[in-house]
Amino acid sequence: MALLDVCGISDWVKEDGFNAERASVDKVNHFNFAAQTPELAVPVGVDPAEFLRPLVDSEEGVNGVKINLEHGTTTLAFKFQHGVMVAVDSRASAGSYVSTQMFKKVIEINPFLLGTMSGSAADCVYWERVLAKECRIYKLRNKERISVSAASKLLANMVVNYRGMGLSMGTMICGWDKKGPGLYYVDDNGLRLCGNMFSTGSGNTYAYGVMDSGYRYDLSVPEAYDLAQRAIFHATHRDAYSGGTVNMYHMRETGWIKVSQEDVGDLYHRFYSEKK
Amino acid sequence: MSYDRAITVFSPDGHLFQVDYAQEAVKKGSTAVGVRGKNVVVLGVEKKSVAKLQDDRTVRKICSLDNHVFMAFAGLTADARIIVNRARVECQSHRLTVEDPATVEYITRYISSIKQRYTQSNGRRPFGISSLIVGFDFDGTPHLYQTDPSGTYHAWKANAIGRSAKTVREFLEKNYKEEDMESDTDTIKLAIRALLEVVQSGGKNIELAIMKRDESMKILVQEEIEEYVTAIETEKEKAEKQKKKT
Repeated sequence: MALLDVCGISDWVKEDGFNAERASVDKVNHFNFAAQTPELAVPVGVDPAEFLRPLVDSEEGVNGVKINLEHGTTTLAFKFQHGVMVAVDSRASAGSYVSTQMFKKVIEINPFLLGTMSGSAADCVYWERVLAKECRIYKLRNKERISVSAASKLLANMVVNYRGMGLSMGTMICGWDKKGPGLYYVDDNGLRLCGNMFSTGSGNTYAYGVMDSGYRYDLSVPEAYDLAQRAIFHATHRDAYSGGTVNMYHMRETGWIKVSQEDVGDLYHRFYSEKK
Repeated sequence: MSYDRAITVFSPDGHLFQVDYAQEAVKKGSTAVGVRGKNVVVLGVEKKSVAKLQDDRTVRKICSLDNHVFMAFAGLTADARIIVNRARVECQSHRLTVEDPATVEYITRYISSIKQRYTQSNGRRPFGISSLIVGFDFDGTPHLYQTDPSGTYHAWKANAIGRSAKTVREFLEKNYKEEDMESDTDTIKLAIRALLEVVQSGGKNIELAIMKRDESMKILVQEEIEEYVTAIETEKEKAEKQKKKT
């Protein structure tokens, strides 16, 4: 660059390796598992993370403007002897306004993979659909379904490129592959955890309380359905940002099934009458 | 008009001459043979005799790509070094991104993709090597694949590349028996017998590597190879005697 030359800096400033022209033979094509192809255009000349930080993190924002992303949800998933249970609420809120009570917070990636969504609805829907595309391409190329660990890793790698730029996503990738039932938690920081029980969203503390008090690895199938449903119900009862219906899925060796979709109002009456 | 100068030019009868010539370069390389057994995979190469002052431990034609995959090649050694390096990086990259070891088919497909890319760009020549890639997938299935300079790959039960590959392949076709593959020793013996057809002076000029399921690659030492060679020769003598009797 001319200016760099004039200042005499170009002697010791190295050319940015990423911008250097690579011959087309050396450009990796379909073996990089979407880790390096940037899906979203990021503005040039501005570091998005630096730009966003004062708007989001500081008290007064920038010129009195603050971006405050409000999100509310409760989702949960746990592994037990008969597979993985997944249960989510269905309320989408924008601050204190309820946009819809019938939002699908579970994305069905393929008959053996499910992804839950919490955080910013747009981010979750977008990235999980990109994940579904990558999983499909993986299956076509390798003639076998992608493993749960690989799928969760792909998602984590994709979002870690946008770390600090304002993504908000907490998702659980659940599935059944050659290694058995799989459950991973992935969030917008690129954090990826393998575990037996997760709950995300504004109502997660309520759901954890119910799940922890009733969870055993050797639950029977009806007991597991009941536990998952109760945990979401109690979260929706107390958390203002969760509600609508409880959507429940069961991941089995032969694939997932949608167990039920019940309105929390009906659940309230059912549980209340049981108490009597 | 000569159609063999530029790699990116087809000849009127549909040949890419540079790729054909690369196959010729492969045919000049020393023989390599691969056999896929049920519980063991074997690669054997013909060791070229080294000069007196040369350290023959630096001449390694069998390279491991990962814990569960290894390969042998025939052709230009320098080209093979590049392919092996890229394949090794890709094996690790796969482990990092997908958290599972790459399947043998995956890494073969990757190597073939590299080779194909070099047949379709100007200013570059194809890689002058064919390779035999063997290993076990992490679910335990053994595989043997062969790639060639055009970038195609196929799976084989047993195959040979390099000089006298045709003779060796015919020998393998005649002597490959499915039930023998159950026994590790018979699989190894088949590979050695195939190589003995074409190498001069017997076991001294053979380098052999085996991998059993869930174990790492093992390069047999000279003594072990000699044991197999003696066993093979005894069996041959017995078979001759039988023939003479009947």
